[in-house]
Order: sequence, then structure tokens, then C-alpha cells
Amino acid sequence: MSIRVRYFASLRERLGRSEDTLDGARQTTVAQVWRQLNPDLPLPTHILSAVNQEYATPDQSVADGDEVAFFPPVTGG
Amino acid sequence: MPVELREQAFDPWLSLSEFQVQRRLAARRSGATAAFVGTMREINEGDDVSALTLEHYPGMTERELERIVAGAMAQWSLDEALVIHRVGRMQPGDPIVLVAVWSAHRKAAFEACRHIMEMLKSRAPFWKHEDLGDRQRWVESNTP
Repeated sequence: MSIRVRYFASLRERLGRSEDTLDGARQTTVAQVWRQLNPDLPLPTHILSAVNQEYATPDQSVADGDEVAFFPPVTGG
Repeated sequence: MPVELREQAFDPWLSLSEFQVQRRLAARRSGATAAFVGTMREINEGDDVSALTLEHYPGMTERELERIVAGAMAQWSLDEALVIHRVGRMQPGDPIVLVAVWSAHRKAAFEACRHIMEMLKSRAPFWKHEDLGDRQRWVESNTP
């Protein structure tokens, strides 16, 4: 089992990848997931996050098998 | 309360008309129908935009739209609601979004239609990427 991490839009382009996989993670948080995968880049304050396709806060817990996403403010409509 | 994403250009007025007939809405209790259509403009922030690509988060986008519509259905006791949103590459003049609601009276219809549209703008995971001919850029925030 692992945590699937997805990036969208301008954040995806900035990071140069659309997806990461975090293996062997125990109980963690959204912010910790970001730190582990992007140790050289603090989570930008305007970036939004989701856990299992619902909006989440940085301190929300994440478990094995979850899907985490990071993306810039939305601009649809 | 259907929520649909379309990969191809669509005619919102035809979609609305077909939906009404299919659900027999006009002949039933709904005295008020409010509809909003958003269309791609050929100019943004003073620059000519030759094409627009809408990226989305498959799965979450549909779920978020469904949550927004379900919230409005409950808050205003709507009879029905329909949301159609484009994804992919489009040209100026192409419709981007249709929000339509049906209710007994106009107050609920106007308010719910506006509410769904504003929630969609601020919460549904879509991102606009503009093609300006000689360069491209992400739209960083929505105008009010």
C-alpha cells in the first residue's frame, strides 16, 4: 500500500511532474506528505490540498491508501 | 440534478431545452427557471486569447460539483438543477458552463443559480490555461 500524490495546473508544471507515490508511510498529515516529497520547497501558502478528492487542511491526517492532491486556486466557470 | 463534463463544444440552450423536455419540467410544478451561461472571451487582461484549455481533476471535479448542487437543492428546495461544464481546449465564443435551476418561484431560482455559479467558481477544481498566440499562461485567479 502507498499514498498517491497528485499535482495540477501551474503547480504540476513548476514541479515538472503530475504524480508521486509515497511508499511505506504510516499515519501522517497533508503538510508532512508535501515535506517528504518536496523537501526543498516549502508548501506555497496559496496552494490548496485535497484528501480522497475532498478539500483538506495541511494538518489533516492521511493514511495508507489515501489519495492526496495539491493544486493552485481554481479558475473554472 | 445532473452534473456533466463535456470534452466537446456544446450548445447550452439546446442542452437546457432537451433536459426540460426529458424531465417534463415545464409542464409540472416549476414556475421559475433561471439559467446562467458562461462563454469564453477573445480578450483577457488586455491580451488577445486565441484558445483556452481547461484542466480539471477527474473525479474530484464531478464530486465537488455534485456537493455544490446537492447543497443548493436542499437550501432552496429546488425542483431540479443542471450543470454542464466544458473541459479541454476551446475557442473564443465557445460556451464554458451552463447552470440552470427550476423552482416554484423566482426568488429561489435566481438565488440558487447565483449560489451554484459562485461556489463552482471558488471550489470546483478547474484551471484555465490561455494560449495568446506567441505565449501561454495560467489564469491565476478568477475575477469576482
